[in-house]
Amino acid sequence: MIVYLLILILFFVGLYGLVSQRNLIKLIISLSIVESSVYLFLITAGYRKGAGAPIMKLGESAGQFAQRAVDPFPQAMVLTAIVIGLGVLALLITVALRLYHRYGTYDITEIRRLRG
Amino acid sequence: MSEGMSLIVRTIARWVVGFIFLYGIYTLVYGHLSPGGGFAGGVILACAYILILIAYGRRFAFKNLDWRIARSLDSIGGLLFLVLAFLGLLFLTNGGAYFFANFIQKLHPGKPFHLFNAGIIPLGNLAIGIKVLASIFVAVALLSALRLFDERGERGFESMEEEK
Amino acid sequence: MFELLVLILVFMILAGVLAIEADDLVSAVVSMGAVGFGLSVCFLLLRAPDVALVQIVVEVVILILLLRGTIGMGIETVKGHRDRAGMAGGVILVVLFLALALYVAVELPKLGEPGFVRFLDSPSWTYLKESLSLTGATNAVNAVLLDFRGYDTLGEVIVLFTAVLGSIALLRRKHRQEKKDE
Repeated sequence: MIVYLLILILFFVGLYGLVSQRNLIKLIISLSIVESSVYLFLITAGYRKGAGAPIMKLGESAGQFAQRAVDPFPQAMVLTAIVIGLGVLALLITVALRLYHRYGTYDITEIRRLRG
Repeated sequence: MSEGMSLIVRTIARWVVGFIFLYGIYTLVYGHLSPGGGFAGGVILACAYILILIAYGRRFAFKNLDWRIARSLDSIGGLLFLVLAFLGLLFLTNGGAYFFANFIQKLHPGKPFHLFNAGIIPLGNLAIGIKVLASIFVAVALLSALRLFDERGERGFESMEEEK
Repeated sequence: MFELLVLILVFMILAGVLAIEADDLVSAVVSMGAVGFGLSVCFLLLRAPDVALVQIVVEVVILILLLRGTIGMGIETVKGHRDRAGMAGGVILVVLFLALALYVAVELPKLGEPGFVRFLDSPSWTYLKESLSLTGATNAVNAVLLDFRGYDTLGEVIVLFTAVLGSIALLRRKHRQEKKDE
């Protein structure tokens, strides 16, 4: 249970960063920390005590494999989510660079004030 | 980033990039037998091209893989994945056809732990690997070519489309 | 193994706090890299080698992209927090969400008893037992990703394609605006 609590604390560290920071790059970093905590939570929810990786060994039957493996389903979903997170972050960095070109600063309070 | 880095960096990059490329291809092709698969292999291959981009500069790296060709390769990878999905509908005609059916495994099953096995899965890995390689290379190359300050230090905006 | 997991999680939390509160942007990016690599070690401890591999290489590419946005830009660091009103609203939201999360967290299962052990009709049993006979692949994660759940992978390919397409479209020079000025 303490593992889930620590993952929750990591999520709230990232959320605090999203709420309180002014710099655009810090916002992107906080978003990445929030995503990391969610990935860790999903993989932790699929962990089985004393089990091995969901890769079959040579000479193992399917029944033995099902008794000794962790859940492969959240691992596949998290793998997809990590690559999508990479694509979204590339787009966010492009938006940040465009905003810097347009307004000359990364400060979101300044960007909100200068219009047009 | 149009010129590269120093001689030591270029020499080490030249030695290492072949191993990175080989490891990427290994991770991609053996995806159905050991950890890895299309996504990991594709990103490792993209890292090989990014190493050449960083160490040797933009002009040399685009002689290896031009960013326009990489954009087409991106679309080709996605289309290949979609065609693989539709072929499942086409080939299995005796009442077991659905989208993304593993028709190669059903028609010609292979032996476990061999390379030419598991039907559509290695081909799917290949299509995904090509797509991820091209996407990440284009994203990093375009962002590296962006110039936000021109020679006088004032703010400008020059992206890659004007360079001929 | 459990103690090592707790230790690495504490390290990740400290690196996360450093990443958010650091004044220098390059230090913040490096601390975020530390969070990512700690995450990969946690994945290895939780018996997920496939995900650990993808996490490490994706973290390297994320560091390259973030360093592009911070190094050599010639900008002064923007310090400090938002104004009082914005922060107060945000802190209230965070406290509300924390209360709800703790209310739900008491119903989470223990570490080591995942959902599919308790519910015997869960799809994970099918993925583990039938992956060799139905697909012929011995990597269950790859079989789930490309055969049992191939549609989700198609969706992911489309999302990656759209993200890079949007990124390319944002980096064009605005020709139309210059024509309007003339």
